[in-house]
Amino acid sequence: MTGLGENLPRNAGAIWHRILPVWVGLMALLAGTAAGAYLPLGRFNLVLSLAIAVAKATLVVLFFMQLRRPNPLLRLAASAALVFMAFLFTLTFADVLTRAAPTQPGTVTPQVTAPQQATGQRAF
Amino acid sequence: MSGITAERAVPDRPSRADSYLTVETGLASWLLTTDHKRIALLYMAAITVFFFVGGAGAVAMRIELFTPQADLLSADAYNRAFTFHGVIMVWFFLIPSIPVILGNFLLPLMIGARDLAFPRLNLISWYIFIAAGALAAYTLLAGGVDTGWTFYTPLSTAFANGHVLAAATAVFVAGFSTIASAVNFIVTTHLLRAPGLTWFRLPLFVWALYATSVVMVLATPVLAMVLLLIFAERAFGIPIFDPLRGGDPVLFQHLFWFYSHPAVYIMILPSFGVISELVTCYARRRVFGYSFMVYAILWISLVGFLVWGHHMFVSGQSVFASLAFSLLSFVVAVPSAIKVFNWTATLYRGQIVFDAPMIYALGFIGLFTIGGLTGLFLASVPVDVHVTDTYFVVAHFHYIMVGGAVSAFYGGLTFWWPKMTGRLYPEGWARFAAVMMFFGFGFTFFPMFIMGFLGMPRRYHVYPEEFQVWHVLASAGAVILAAAYLLPMGYFAWSLVWGRRASANPWDATGLEWQTSSPPPRENFLVSPAVDRGPYDYHPAHTGPPSMEREPHRPQGGQA
Amino acid sequence: MSGAAAREATLQKPWRSLRREREAVSFGTWVFVASEAMFFAGPLLAYAAYRSLWPEAFAAAGRETDIVYGTVNTALLLTSSLTMAAAAEGARARLRRLTLTCLAATAALGLAFLVVKGFEYREDIHKHLIPGAGFRLDMPPAQLFFAFYWLLTGVHALHLSIGIGITVTLLIQAWHGSRPLPSPAFEGAGLYWHFVDLVWIFLYPLLYLMGRS
Ligand SMILES: [Cu+2]
Repeated sequence: MTGLGENLPRNAGAIWHRILPVWVGLMALLAGTAAGAYLPLGRFNLVLSLAIAVAKATLVVLFFMQLRRPNPLLRLAASAALVFMAFLFTLTFADVLTRAAPTQPGTVTPQVTAPQQATGQRAF
Repeated sequence: MSGITAERAVPDRPSRADSYLTVETGLASWLLTTDHKRIALLYMAAITVFFFVGGAGAVAMRIELFTPQADLLSADAYNRAFTFHGVIMVWFFLIPSIPVILGNFLLPLMIGARDLAFPRLNLISWYIFIAAGALAAYTLLAGGVDTGWTFYTPLSTAFANGHVLAAATAVFVAGFSTIASAVNFIVTTHLLRAPGLTWFRLPLFVWALYATSVVMVLATPVLAMVLLLIFAERAFGIPIFDPLRGGDPVLFQHLFWFYSHPAVYIMILPSFGVISELVTCYARRRVFGYSFMVYAILWISLVGFLVWGHHMFVSGQSVFASLAFSLLSFVVAVPSAIKVFNWTATLYRGQIVFDAPMIYALGFIGLFTIGGLTGLFLASVPVDVHVTDTYFVVAHFHYIMVGGAVSAFYGGLTFWWPKMTGRLYPEGWARFAAVMMFFGFGFTFFPMFIMGFLGMPRRYHVYPEEFQVWHVLASAGAVILAAAYLLPMGYFAWSLVWGRRASANPWDATGLEWQTSSPPPRENFLVSPAVDRGPYDYHPAHTGPPSMEREPHRPQGGQA
Repeated sequence: MSGAAAREATLQKPWRSLRREREAVSFGTWVFVASEAMFFAGPLLAYAAYRSLWPEAFAAAGRETDIVYGTVNTALLLTSSLTMAAAAEGARARLRRLTLTCLAATAALGLAFLVVKGFEYREDIHKHLIPGAGFRLDMPPAQLFFAFYWLLTGVHALHLSIGIGITVTLLIQAWHGSRPLPSPAFEGAGLYWHFVDLVWIFLYPLLYLMGRS
């Protein structure tokens, strides 16, 4: 069984050799995303920066967080979070994006900066 | 699923030096224990206190509602009473009760492990729970909260007068206790099963605990975060949901119900597990459709996350979203129905014994069915718009949570009491209490369906005269129900001293927890168990139940 | 200490083998990380919903954050993940010196992040970027952006502080020898640290890179 990576490098040189390239990649992606923010891409700026974030996250997850090891348990936990986040986002946006105009926030409220909102007697 | 190897080695009772109850003595040996069985008892002590506190809120409400006028409580005090009843009962009684008392005690026993995966984390989670409880007690003593247990904004952030921050913090902290227990259960189920105990040989209670833990781990953090958002907005004026600055209060409801609908399954899934154990044991039957029971549990825990919007049909949510949530809510009813049908089919041709746990179980099936079916009413948009915020809703969720989860909790506690304490409870009294709980429950909550449908809104302490007859019925039923809850506490306490000694397996049940002495030794099993067969081995598979030897069955209604 | 004896000393109560215990700690931490991810999913969802409703105000508000501080901090945190990964693998390989240096470096980088963050907060306060009366921009939804800015960076900093606390504790324990290097705790702490890094990887484009072009 190699499931728990018992055959990982046993000396410092080998460890650095394994993970330093990942760090270089992360730094390159960071430089890319910072520079890319200044490109006039319109709404694709967001797409670009999020894609780079996903790439960075993938590097971290695979090489630092052991997901490359063939251990189904860790992958199970990781994918569960992703699936349920997808549920949360999909169904909430199913509401937010299809609401009738009068019930959207802001469409019927005053657009000036409010005076300090009327808060009740706050205890505690 | 008897471990053959263990069977002959088991003494009925352990020696004093072995029993987990007496192996160490002194207060410190309890408060610093890492034994999952002792921690279960610590939880039981704490949760019993909360049950009384939350119950006190219910008593105050039922007394107030005896007459149409306001006589006992002011409007504000009534708001605080029902809020406190909700907060305590949901987060400090229903959510923890079965998982951390019965689950903590039984999970390692049922899978043949020595303890949970992280025993110290288990103890820490109890202390977190106690800290949360202390905060909740502070909230109550300082004057309470008036937002309802749902903490809806902008009421909770801008207008409420009560101690919202303290209450939100209490629930926030309690959430971390839940998450810690759930992580523990998940890892235990994956990695500490006895040799031969494959996934599809697990008792359904273990499956239910596993699915519940998954729901807890993925839903509870969202509640914690949304309470943190409320805290930030109320305490520091950070506009998150403030409509004046473009914020959206409906978004709060989305996040809140993303947790709070799955929370219903946190309460009811463990009950499903308990009922599966009880029905099989007292009908002497293999469970009907074991694998479908498992798939139903998993289906519920997955699809249960997709239906939260049915609480928001009148919130200003888009019609499209309402329709989607309505459809998905019907979908999630299917696995619950599968479970009810399978329990019923398990009973068929069983040798049914009407012992107290079985009476609780049968009561559960009936009440849960009513609760579930009225849930379908509420899942369809037009009916829901009619009965939103009426007693119909109140009746519906009490059928699930009280008729369902609390019945299962009492049933499970009765069933496993001999294992936990080594003493038998008095059967006659227990049957009486179980029957009384069923009828008390019906008298209390069935009238609420009627008055709710007639238009009686929830959360008001004064009401038109025409509803008084239903309110009086409900209040009178609540007296019976309260007696049915208190009676077991009496005879359980009695049994600790005067009860007969229990044998290792007094109910002749299958399951690894019965393959060790009552009460179990500190290490759970003197001989490590191994498993070579599936669960609920009450009769040989494919040959039918022992009742086949009785007189042949006659089809009903036929002339032939 | 011989290998077998070290294994014995590390093994905790219900476990029969160190391999199994190690797997349990990794898996348990991963489950907790999944839970934490859902914790951050809540405000990220609210952020996304508001950003889709108020794109201009969010772009205007996003320009007010300081990209230099943000980028420096991202670099610091990514590097700390590198040293943490080296520490965890070093502990597993029983390389005492590598483990101790890398744990110390990780904690130091984490602290550096918090210091930079402190300077950034001071500047934000100077620029009147706290939602409420006297806010710098006069578009009300811009205050929403900064609500999330303060909340998310604050909660992230809290997580990072907990991570630093764990790292320093492990460092001291490993230094004294009270925690043997094969202990699964190093790996668990590493996973948590990387998760905190992951959160920042997503906060960085959402809070600092908007409205720059
Ligand atoms: Cu619901």
